[in-house]
Amino acid sequence: MIPEIGHFALALALALAIVQSVVPMLGAASGNLTWMALARPAARAQCLFVVVAFIALAWCFIANDFSVTYVAANSNSALPLAYRISAVWGAHEGSLLLWVVILALWTVAVSFFSRGLPPAFIARVLSVMGLISIGFLLFMLFTSNPFLRDLPAAADGSDLNPLLQDPGLIIHPPMLYIGYVGFSVAFSFAIAGLIGGHLDSAWARWARPWTIMAWSFLTCGIALGSWWAYYELGWGGWWFWDPVENASFMPWLAGTALIHSLAATEKRDVFKSWTVLLAIAAFSLSLLGTFLVRSGVLTSVHAFATDPARGVFILIFLGLVIGGALTLYAWRGPRTLGGADFELASRETYLLANSVLLSVATATVLLGTLYPLLLDALGGGKISVGPPYFNAVFIPLMSPLLLLLGIGPAVHWKRDRMARVLALLKIPALGTVVILLAAYAMVEPAGRATAMFGLMLAAWVVCATVNAIVQRCRARQQAWLALITLPASFIGQSVAHIGFAVTVIGVTMVSLYDADKHVRMNVGDQTHVNGYDFTFVSARKVAGPNYDATEARFSVAQDGEPLASLAAQKRFYRVRGMAMTEAGIDARLSRDLYIALGEQLEDGAWSVRISVKPFVRLLWLGALMMALGGVIAASDKRFRRARAAVSAGRSDARQSSTAG
Amino acid sequence: MTPRRKRLLIIALTVAGIAVAAGLILAAFEKNLMYFYSPSEVARGEAPDNRPFRLGGMVVEGSVLRQPQSLGVWFTLTDMAEESMVYYDGILPDLFREGQGIVAKGQFNDTGLFVASEVLAKHDENYMPPEVADALEKAANPQSNRTP
Repeated sequence: MIPEIGHFALALALALAIVQSVVPMLGAASGNLTWMALARPAARAQCLFVVVAFIALAWCFIANDFSVTYVAANSNSALPLAYRISAVWGAHEGSLLLWVVILALWTVAVSFFSRGLPPAFIARVLSVMGLISIGFLLFMLFTSNPFLRDLPAAADGSDLNPLLQDPGLIIHPPMLYIGYVGFSVAFSFAIAGLIGGHLDSAWARWARPWTIMAWSFLTCGIALGSWWAYYELGWGGWWFWDPVENASFMPWLAGTALIHSLAATEKRDVFKSWTVLLAIAAFSLSLLGTFLVRSGVLTSVHAFATDPARGVFILIFLGLVIGGALTLYAWRGPRTLGGADFELASRETYLLANSVLLSVATATVLLGTLYPLLLDALGGGKISVGPPYFNAVFIPLMSPLLLLLGIGPAVHWKRDRMARVLALLKIPALGTVVILLAAYAMVEPAGRATAMFGLMLAAWVVCATVNAIVQRCRARQQAWLALITLPASFIGQSVAHIGFAVTVIGVTMVSLYDADKHVRMNVGDQTHVNGYDFTFVSARKVAGPNYDATEARFSVAQDGEPLASLAAQKRFYRVRGMAMTEAGIDARLSRDLYIALGEQLEDGAWSVRISVKPFVRLLWLGALMMALGGVIAASDKRFRRARAAVSAGRSDARQSSTAG
Repeated sequence: MTPRRKRLLIIALTVAGIAVAAGLILAAFEKNLMYFYSPSEVARGEAPDNRPFRLGGMVVEGSVLRQPQSLGVWFTLTDMAEESMVYYDGILPDLFREGQGIVAKGQFNDTGLFVASEVLAKHDENYMPPEVADALEKAANPQSNRTP
């Protein structure tokens, strides 16, 4: 009964999504306020039914209803409750449902926090979001329905993929999806702006907080994914340039370019067409990412051949969204766009450089991810593009980005004198040199030049950002009081930029000084890695709810002083018959000690991976700082005030020099 | 400079930057492409001698031979027509086992032995790496052979 309710709720949601997209759009075109006003209630009702469907599917998992094919394929009665719930989005069908739920929630959020926006504009925004929802609901109902039954019911389910049975994976997909789907708001704003011919700085001001929030969630989601891969795969790596990772990284890169370009559009009314294109690109790449990861096309291009309906639907949907948006852009763009003028020495130039560098970065990842798929689909042979390609491309792209990142915030909008800026940047340049001199002694000679280069870029960004904060406070009468009265967008920007630098420090240090050793060890054996002594203390059998494991205990000592005790597990999941590695990690800010079991060898010895990873935590800490910076920036009062100003009927033409 | 010339300058700089970037990117791309070869293709001498490639097939039952006191391991991959021997020193993935389809990244050493730097097995017991499935199919139907 419950699955049927879910199925029915999805069908009702589809009907409501059609109302939500058709009626307000017609209303906006004909100026009918009643029709436009239908957008909000329709969006909320659609959300209600999508949530009902989601709860129904969750209920099937909780109640172990193995007559539902999707539940039988992804759950088991021995699976712990928390994982039975996260199993809802453990595979293709359920993750699409999660996608639609999150889209509905974003839509409802827009419907509530948009009171001051012109009715025609908000009607179009909600209508476009409804269109996206229609696409996904149709896709689910016709090709990927999670509520299909398989009677008679299976006696028990075939369990959730053990890789996904992990706390990190409970929250990683929702975070990532909140980010992906959040870009649909920016996309809808762009489309609505194009249709209505309303693309100006007020438009950018409305779009900014939504885009920044989505970007923050995406940042968090990617960091969680990287952290999960680090401790769960047992390879000790934090980023593999795997197509699945690239799928989430591309929208992030485009989204990062978008939030910066939006800042310029809001403050100075420039780059409008570029901003609109980026909004379309960020969401299109999110869609692409969703389908790449979930459709099975990565496992095999021929997955399309086994289920042609899905593949064809996906291609048509992507074609409609991207093609439709670009056609609209080509048609309406030139009429609504145009821009203000700016000098070479101006903040706009730096934001333009940011856009160019990030866009090129996006394109390189896209090339490395899609080219092998295309070549294979066309029968051109099977190739793969390894991490060396991405590393070779990313370092030269990110280096100028970091360098300019230090300068940009110090430069005035529209027109500045380079001499003034350079004078201002003397102190941070000096600070960078001091930090480098201090770091020189601490960095090991091998690879020192590369390490110093990475640290220089990071130190430069930190010093320049701190300097910008100091300059800001000095300009006020009471410098210390000024620190707490700085605009939230400026504080958020600074936190995010410092976070980026922190990530760069982590990446530099762990890439260069990561010590990794594969050894054969028996109980009682000792091995040395980077000045740490690892002793294999004991191995014992443990039983989990749905797995059996060997737990190996290691003690770690440095210069004879005991430091830590680590437990690493090798699990064997009974239902799927799969082995899984649980790494033992002793984490500190300055280094991780990492142990993962390989396999048991003939004489009872184990192959063991032992790593010392300097500053690997900074990588994720920096990402969290970026996300936090985004949340702070999105909370800026200016965004709410702008809305109030618009609702009061006067256009806000204030030219402020506050940071973006 | 007039605003028009300034704009032209910006556009020219941007285009030049992108052109340089595109050149570097394509060079790096070309250098780091890794092709896939099946044991049959290796037997026909199609695989490169001096650059890394991916070799995939089923691990032959009973072919896994371990070096005592180290992590070195030899095993043989087959596409049911030809076989290739692989040497690897390190931790094999959780799903590496005899009869499983795997992909090894590596290259030939001076003596003509394929030395893997990485061994990949996907996390699904029923899952066959697509390259391997394709190689098996091709070896079974030589008519449908196509060279990469």
